[in-house]
Amino acid sequence: MEFRLTDEQYMVRESAQAFLADVSSPEQVRKAMTQAASYDPAVWQRLCNELCLQAITIPEEYGGLGMSYVYLAIVLEEMGRTLLCSPFLATTAFATNAILLAASDEQKQQLLPAIAEGSRTATLAWTGPQAARMGGTWGAEAISATWQATDRGYVLDGELNYVLDGDTADLLIIAARAAGSTGAAGVSLFAVAAATAGVQATWTPTMDQTRRQATISLNAVAVGSDMRLGAEGQAWPQLQKTLALAKIAIAAEQSGIATQTLDMAVAYTMEREQFGRTIASYQAIKHKAADMKLKAEVACSAVYYAACVASEVLAPEGDQALAAELEEAAAMAKGYCSDTVFYNAGSALQLFGGVGFTAEYDIQLYFKRAKASELYLGNGAAQRELIAAMLLDAEDAL
Amino acid sequence: MKLTFSAEDERFREEIASWLKANLCGEFEHLKFRGGPGDEHMFPEERKRWEQQLAAGNWVGIGLPKESGGRGASIEQQVIFAEEYARAGAPGRIGHIGEGLTAPTLIAFGSEEQKAKYLPGILNGTEFWCQGYSEPSAGSDLANVRTRAVQDAATGEWRITGQKIWTSLAHESDWCFVIARTDPNSVAHRGLGFFLVKMAQAEITVQPIEQLTGTSEFNEVFFDDAIAADLLGEPGEGWAIAMALLGFERGVSTLGQQMQFQNELNEIIRIARENGAATLPSIRQRLAEAHTGLRLMRYNAMRMLSKDERSGPDSSALVYKLHWSSWHRNLGALAMDVLGPQAEMMDSAPYNLTRLQSLFLFTRSDTIYGGTNQIQRNIIAERGLGMPKEAKGR
Repeated sequence: MEFRLTDEQYMVRESAQAFLADVSSPEQVRKAMTQAASYDPAVWQRLCNELCLQAITIPEEYGGLGMSYVYLAIVLEEMGRTLLCSPFLATTAFATNAILLAASDEQKQQLLPAIAEGSRTATLAWTGPQAARMGGTWGAEAISATWQATDRGYVLDGELNYVLDGDTADLLIIAARAAGSTGAAGVSLFAVAAATAGVQATWTPTMDQTRRQATISLNAVAVGSDMRLGAEGQAWPQLQKTLALAKIAIAAEQSGIATQTLDMAVAYTMEREQFGRTIASYQAIKHKAADMKLKAEVACSAVYYAACVASEVLAPEGDQALAAELEEAAAMAKGYCSDTVFYNAGSALQLFGGVGFTAEYDIQLYFKRAKASELYLGNGAAQRELIAAMLLDAEDAL
Repeated sequence: MKLTFSAEDERFREEIASWLKANLCGEFEHLKFRGGPGDEHMFPEERKRWEQQLAAGNWVGIGLPKESGGRGASIEQQVIFAEEYARAGAPGRIGHIGEGLTAPTLIAFGSEEQKAKYLPGILNGTEFWCQGYSEPSAGSDLANVRTRAVQDAATGEWRITGQKIWTSLAHESDWCFVIARTDPNSVAHRGLGFFLVKMAQAEITVQPIEQLTGTSEFNEVFFDDAIAADLLGEPGEGWAIAMALLGFERGVSTLGQQMQFQNELNEIIRIARENGAATLPSIRQRLAEAHTGLRLMRYNAMRMLSKDERSGPDSSALVYKLHWSSWHRNLGALAMDVLGPQAEMMDSAPYNLTRLQSLFLFTRSDTIYGGTNQIQRNIIAERGLGMPKEAKGR
């Protein structure tokens, strides 16, 4: 039992930390988030060229580093800590995973090397406006764009919402359904270049400025059948797995943010004096910080566990028993980390007192990202309902 | 980063599982799932015989070094033992204080003579220990010990006078380790000694404390010039030894404890599915939260037990008590809410609790004993986060 980072994993963490300290300081984040793409393209190129992080989980045969999901989680934790503005999550944890899980070997040869070498960013677009139903609907029922077979391939129509970095990505992995189909039936995945005729992507300004979202409208977009990933109309299982992997990636970021906001709050309360002593010496402050610490520690354990499961899912000869825990692991990690990130960011803002409410202090940036990431792919309560269904409803419940 | 055990460890798992299957039957059959927290007062004689059975199989003190009579089992194997022990429903260990606390403390601080005197009784399951730490005025402020130890100048013998409280299983124990003040002019953690005291003497009175459960696992122990058989270390070293001992307390047994928690949660889920509570959104949320909390507790414990010199102060260990105690307390309340009005119905008069009633009531002690949640938060903030220490009134 070696449930801890290996030496190599520590090394990756340290190099990510050093890089992020250089490119993602609070000043740099504030600058990047107001740039045209909501990130600094020069930083993205350095991330790709110097560290090759965008290629971290892509197998070596497709030009990647072939490292496990645990490494990705470690890197994402660090990116969360600095609120790196980047198309990294969309490219690596959404689009790349969809390709890895749904594409044929030939398609992978065609799509992955460009991502691995850093010449293309990518994202996954699957939800329509239904994603907002009942405060967050992230299952197959949220897919509303449609595909229709033609003699030369497919024609796609419809609107895709809440697409991460959707208007800056070069490559779109799009989920659409057969006209008239519902639920998991009829779902297909397509790889579509953003420049394809009929694709229009529009930035949708967001409260959390460190992560960009867009709406993509598809107007009779022609796609060759060679760019359909997986069997026609039967791609939901692969997409569902992709979303589970994406949840684990977001949870990793959340774990990093939860720790970072705690560290920031502790540092501030150790400086700030009231009634003649640092406010960190009051139990009201210490006990709040202790609760944040507990949650951050458990969140970290949740992420490492879920990342181990994800690694088995993606490994060619992964442990099937562990891989089968994917949905549950993803729901547990995303659920726990979502609650934790908002608790910690909110508590940190409170511990900063009045200055926490100012634009000048950075805690507000973390607070906004915390809520955005909590809601994306479903908050803690939504994840718990998924777990409850596995635990309570099935005949062979957990 | 690995979640699985090695093939060798899995073979060890088979060994202990099959031993338990072959031995936890016959005269021990009725001890299954008994004697745990909240039930520790039950079947003491049978559980002492069970300890001897364990000892005969060489399953007592498996984590202790071979030269001290243990198996020198790895952390992994100790975890596996605790898991399989709990999975089989083997009874609450009446020897756990001797095995888990006294023995490692003796090995770390005892003389050869002391080790030879006390270890065999622990390892063969014939001598049982209790812990004399807390006092009426030394609860969270554990160092505020008032029990005195006075050395007879002529014989060199130490004699203990004072009162201990919350002593689990004192009435079933042969020995007690006691921290007592050797320097009458000292305060707080200075001037304490760590004594080994035989319980069977007229100068010691054990008085059970009736708990809100109606049962008595905890006791008050009165020492009136009682003879201490041994002093461990030197006078004045008591606090250091007592703290080192608490360090032995956490760890490998936690994964076994989680197996018991899982049994409890399974029972609550079974009832919720049966009575329809499992269809209520609010109960579904709480059951899913309980399930998640327990699973994550496991991975947190695995992180804690996977030693790592590079991760600094062991944060996963610092938060562990606060995590499990809060979780368990919430589980007790959830059990009652799932049962609804049926939660009130007792097993029988005059005051015999059902298993889940006992869970509900007994878990209120989880967040108090062994360092209250409030003390845990102080420890996390001070040791884990480097925040300033509490101001002290003396």
